[in-house]
Amino acid sequence: MPVTDTTMSAQMDRWICSFFFLLFYASSLPTLGNAKLLQELGPQEYFSSLQAGRASLAYFSHNVSPSAQAFLEQIENSVEALQDYGISVVKVNCPKEDVSRYCWKENALRKAYLFRGNILIREFPTDALFDVNSIVANVLFALLFNEVKYVETLVDLQNIENLLKGRSNMVFAYVPATGTAEHRAVMEAAFVYGTTHQFVLTTEATLMKEAGNDEPGSSAQLFFCHCQLATDPAQPCRRTPMKQALTMLNIHRHLKLMGAPLVTEVAEDPEKVSTVHLQLGLPLVFILSQKETYEADRRTAELVAWQLLGKAGVALLSRDVVDSNVLLRSNIALKTPDEGVPIKYLALEDTDEVITLVEDKSKFEQIQEDEDEEDEDEKENDNQDIQDDQVVEAVSRDRKQELPLEQILTLTEETFHTTMLEAARVVVMFYASWEAVSLAVQRSYVEVADHLKGTQGLLLSQVNCWDWPGVCTKENITQFPTIRIYEKGGRSLTYNGMLGTEELASFIILSQVSCPLKLATIDEAEDYLRGELPSELSSYHHTSILGVFSKATSVAKEAFVEAGNILSGHVTLGLYFEDDALALSRKYAVSPPALLLARSRDQSVEGIALSKQSAQDIVQMIRYELLDIFPEITVQNLPRYLQLRKPFLIMFSDGDISQMERKEMLKLAKGRPQQAFVTCWLNLKNTPVGHGILKAYFATLPSLPVLVWVSLHTAGQVFRFPPDQSVTEMNILSWLEKLKAGLEIPSSTLSEEDWKPPLPAYNFLQMMETTVPEFILHTSYSHGDTQEQQQPESSEEKATVREERPEESGVKAEKGQSPGRDLRGTAPRLAGREKRHSEL
Amino acid sequence: MAQAVWGTLLRLALCAGAVCTTSSTAFLYHDYCVIGAGPSGLQIAYFLQQAGRDYIVFERSHAPGSFFALYPRHRKLISINKQYTGKSNSEFNLRHDWNSLLSHDHRLLFRHYSHDFFPDADTMVRYLEDFASLLKLQVQYNTAIVHVTLDRDQQAWNGHHFILTDQSRQNYKCSSLLVATGTWVPNVVNFPGSEYVEGYETVSINPEDFAGQTVLILGRGNSAFETAENILGVTNFIHMVSRSRVRLSWATHYVGDLRAINNGLLDTYQLKSLDGLLEGDLEDLAIVKDKKGKLHITLRFYLENRNTSAGINSITLPQDELDNFATRAPYDRVIRCLGWKFDFSIYNRSLRLMPGKGNKKKYPQIKPSYESRGTRGLFVLGTASHSVDFRKSAGGFIHGFRYTTRAVHRLLENRHHGVPWPSTVYPVIQLTNSIIKRVNEASGLYQMFSVLADIILLRENATTFEYLEEYPVGVLAELETLTGRKAPNGLFVIIMEYGRNFSGADKDVFYYNRAVGEAQHAWQSNFLHPVIYYYKRLPTEREMRLRPPDWSLPRPDAIHHIVEDFLTDWTAPNAHILPLRRFLENCVGTDLRNFFAESCFLFAFTRQKLPPFCQQGYVRMQGLVGIKRLQRHAVDAGLLEDYTAADFTGDRLLGSPEGSQDQLLRDRAMPVSPLQHLVTAKDEL
Repeated sequence: MPVTDTTMSAQMDRWICSFFFLLFYASSLPTLGNAKLLQELGPQEYFSSLQAGRASLAYFSHNVSPSAQAFLEQIENSVEALQDYGISVVKVNCPKEDVSRYCWKENALRKAYLFRGNILIREFPTDALFDVNSIVANVLFALLFNEVKYVETLVDLQNIENLLKGRSNMVFAYVPATGTAEHRAVMEAAFVYGTTHQFVLTTEATLMKEAGNDEPGSSAQLFFCHCQLATDPAQPCRRTPMKQALTMLNIHRHLKLMGAPLVTEVAEDPEKVSTVHLQLGLPLVFILSQKETYEADRRTAELVAWQLLGKAGVALLSRDVVDSNVLLRSNIALKTPDEGVPIKYLALEDTDEVITLVEDKSKFEQIQEDEDEEDEDEKENDNQDIQDDQVVEAVSRDRKQELPLEQILTLTEETFHTTMLEAARVVVMFYASWEAVSLAVQRSYVEVADHLKGTQGLLLSQVNCWDWPGVCTKENITQFPTIRIYEKGGRSLTYNGMLGTEELASFIILSQVSCPLKLATIDEAEDYLRGELPSELSSYHHTSILGVFSKATSVAKEAFVEAGNILSGHVTLGLYFEDDALALSRKYAVSPPALLLARSRDQSVEGIALSKQSAQDIVQMIRYELLDIFPEITVQNLPRYLQLRKPFLIMFSDGDISQMERKEMLKLAKGRPQQAFVTCWLNLKNTPVGHGILKAYFATLPSLPVLVWVSLHTAGQVFRFPPDQSVTEMNILSWLEKLKAGLEIPSSTLSEEDWKPPLPAYNFLQMMETTVPEFILHTSYSHGDTQEQQQPESSEEKATVREERPEESGVKAEKGQSPGRDLRGTAPRLAGREKRHSEL
Repeated sequence: MAQAVWGTLLRLALCAGAVCTTSSTAFLYHDYCVIGAGPSGLQIAYFLQQAGRDYIVFERSHAPGSFFALYPRHRKLISINKQYTGKSNSEFNLRHDWNSLLSHDHRLLFRHYSHDFFPDADTMVRYLEDFASLLKLQVQYNTAIVHVTLDRDQQAWNGHHFILTDQSRQNYKCSSLLVATGTWVPNVVNFPGSEYVEGYETVSINPEDFAGQTVLILGRGNSAFETAENILGVTNFIHMVSRSRVRLSWATHYVGDLRAINNGLLDTYQLKSLDGLLEGDLEDLAIVKDKKGKLHITLRFYLENRNTSAGINSITLPQDELDNFATRAPYDRVIRCLGWKFDFSIYNRSLRLMPGKGNKKKYPQIKPSYESRGTRGLFVLGTASHSVDFRKSAGGFIHGFRYTTRAVHRLLENRHHGVPWPSTVYPVIQLTNSIIKRVNEASGLYQMFSVLADIILLRENATTFEYLEEYPVGVLAELETLTGRKAPNGLFVIIMEYGRNFSGADKDVFYYNRAVGEAQHAWQSNFLHPVIYYYKRLPTEREMRLRPPDWSLPRPDAIHHIVEDFLTDWTAPNAHILPLRRFLENCVGTDLRNFFAESCFLFAFTRQKLPPFCQQGYVRMQGLVGIKRLQRHAVDAGLLEDYTAADFTGDRLLGSPEGSQDQLLRDRAMPVSPLQHLVTAKDEL
């Protein structure tokens, strides 16, 4: 906005000049440019010099006493100011022996006298004239006794107001005290405008309060009361407060604006129009009018004008005189005082928008940007080129960190195939050196390599697909990164789990055991269920699953083996497919085909009949069975529970939850094995991001632990278990009943907002349009035939483009618009055009 | 007449049996017939062979690449053979290998054949021989096709068969004809005295034969300059005359224009070392030989009503009227180096294989799909197909047409064998990556800039997309029928372009500030850079037709330029990838950022919807956990909140607006972009 500022100040300068020019006339200018303005005269000389009608301020002194020195300085300082109003200032030197009226009194020396002609108007105690402001204010106040009425009560004010109604306007000012700068400003204004408007002054804060001003406070205020137009004696005059500080310039400006006609009628090129408002640096709003709707338009314009009084000018612009093409789409035009800025044509919906257009500067700017989107782009560029992708940014901040790649073999197109033969199992991470996610995973991979250092028959390697696209294409790598384990036998296994150090390491270890592991004897099977087989996994696996099949159930067995292939690396599966399978299964009270689950946390073995026959079903079933009843939710395991697509009953706890609560929750969870929600808990110590969840759910951090019901997949409502109730199965159940019945109020509702683009892109299309003309030329007819409706849009773009080039502003006439678009009735809804800025 | 009878007889013989094609012994049938075993003929043969198609290549010579056995006369190819690029990426390296054909065989890379940056033409011949033999391509040598005609048959692929006749009257019948004969008929001009002109084809290449001679060369192409370069040191002086001014390839970015390697004459001309360059219409020229055997240049105008045999003295020479006429000095030799044109003579009129218009008249008229405008099923490949991108891209040269040939093969596979254009389906989170990968390494896009483009077809809801490589953009409107892929949900076209108004015959391509460095000014990039066009629907044929001249595509709904790069390495996270991501995000209307698993976890609990990266990764148990150090970086960048460090007492929890998750969420509330506004506004209208 610096441009506007400078033009504003240029405007200011301009009218400051005119103001002084005005003052120049108002004062009679007795002396100009004298070296010493304070005249020193003897009493005789003084009184004989007094002219009728001329005011003078006199100070009588015998000799300069030190106490009067300060006062004298102030008097001298105000000589010039008073001279502007035709008031001369005289220091009268009383001879010692003089005992005339003004000289003799001892206290005369503490007073100053104001004369008009030779009539004494007022005598001022010198302590009332403490500085230039107070001198000028008091002197003018005394001289303008008739022009400026002083009121003390609301009744006085109303009386004056009533007298003025229908005759002249009133300027009502409140100053907290006389002799202040504000007081002086009001007086100076009254000196100029006193004959035009009735000035009323008060220092009574209570009066202001009674007059309906809530906070008069200590600041001075000025109102312009439009009494001349007031016709109803019962109604108070309409008032326009001055929003700016009470300075001479502001008052002048305000009065100028109040004096300007409410609505100007324009029947010429609006570019050439100049009104008081524009001269004073305010915008001018044109309301486009046509003959048919003149009356309504006029009323709209007045309505707008009243609301904009003092902020902008309003003019009624006849459509007839302006090139009609320009205007078909707009109903409002805005002319800013800035020179060289072409008029903006807008289509607004109601008068309020006009007000906001002017009043709300930011909004004003937005609309401007709508028309002139390049500005917007520039503004947004601030963020647009700042990285907002946490992974990309984290990786790029880490780029100088040297990775310890000693444990990882870097393969090339040439070495890839030979390396595959070098170890029983070769893990390959296919990545692209420019791709952030691969680089993030590479860092985990380095940690994995460190963990698995020295594992027999295992080789960790990587291929940069940016260097060796051939091998990556051949291996059918379509996503970065892809982690694949190649076994010597030619089998390969692609990792599809969490891209984290632990998960990957665990996968690499688990997947080295065949899945399912074929067990030959009942003893082996029992060892397996105890977690003793295979020995190399003892530190990794949690739950052993044993599929038991009789010879008669080989179809199910095949499906189980296939399921094993799918789950390889994620779970440990055993397979018992011997003649005595029946004996084994009977022990666990199931009949083949069946699954035996040995959970590591409790020693029991659970038998489940395998009713589903397809591999995919078995996979689903195993995955489901592996879910905990009352799990601690972590970042890593949440997706498994999310897949159930059920609401969560989750307890947030800072550290472990108490035995009692665990017991109750377990009871709740176990009580209904197939229930419709996930019962779980979250340890904020292990999963600190839980704080972020609580922060989103509650206005204040609830005391922990807190039990929350979240329906993640439907409605997204969050309910908090009443903190005053103890966490027991019964309480929770009855609370859940109330939830279902809709008797509880949700603490919050999860945002269902879509993940839209975080920021706009560079609008190259538009930038090209401004400079590559053939691009635009080919717009309209290339879209024209199939989508005729698009034409206005594209031609509007064309016009927008043109508008940006001031020298072409006259060409705006090209704005192609089908005539007949209803623009009638500009009041109060201004047009039917879509509300463009409302989207912002 | 005789021919017509012959044709009728043929047809009778043909359809006498139940199955015309097999019953006739007069015809040898193949699905695909390729004429010419030059680079493009062998290239299409390779693809047909790989696809297991029934094809044959006819070559009139005893070996492939017969053109290269003769030309260029001075044996130096002007196609670069770069040994080193500092990169191992084989696809990328093809960008700087202008001689190799495409194959799976690594032995068949030209750099294994020659270490010369500008290799010898004999090496090319050897290479082509190896290419044909190592890949066991079906080439029938010593078979000159002398006539091609059509045989209507409703059952045939294209409503007709092609009947080819060779020099020994053997007939061949083909369903599809692939013309890869190049341009080999020398361009000649006829003017009085043109009999004194020697042709480039036969002129001596021994510089000694030119010692002390004054030479005039007609033409201003690479062959003209190559000829001049060879004799520059031994002649008195060389003058070169042509209709238009010389076009320098480094100014036009067109490899067919004068290459710097041959431009020694420009040096000697501009340094006033006697050699010179002239412009003039060769049609107006006349040459008169004097008694001493010197050749004088005059104008056809002066000879009009005169008998040339009347002798030199009776003929007016320009210098008689204008005594400082530029070419008043007599020449010892005049050499014609005017290039070649396509051999139209063997095609029966019914094939309607017409010469192009204007400066493309040396090429047959074809569609941007390389199919003849006159005959369905006849495709023109290689140099002869250069009318599609003449003086624009590299389609007339090996490094360009090896890709357009592949494109033709893909079109044929779809049309005749129901094999749709190869494509890969990716989840939408790979959108940015798939583009970055291609623009950084793809050679076809790079060589055939503005002609071949990668196409991304968005699938419903924009959760996945299909990636098609190197499709000829000229036939974008017919994409669905030509590729067998569907494009109902909008598409991206990825193409490489030079800046508009940057390249040109009289442009200063070295002006200060010629390169753009900032991403936001990328659209003003001058050097070759990737451009991505976004269309909400496939452009229609009409829109394609009405696109601005010199634009390869009609006006898109949105466009993105990746800023030109000095190293042609478009992998910078902030300058290249970030703006691209923003563009793609705004086109597909979703957030394409990557998130660590922890962020996805938070979103899963606090939002009803998840960003695609979380949805397609984390929720499917493939979240990006990331190591601690990375998370710390993200926290430092303000893009991730550190919940461990903060002491979350009540107040703090509430009053930490600087939280990065907040920022992430706040970003969500950013106003609709102007781009999107543009797009949606159109929707509404």
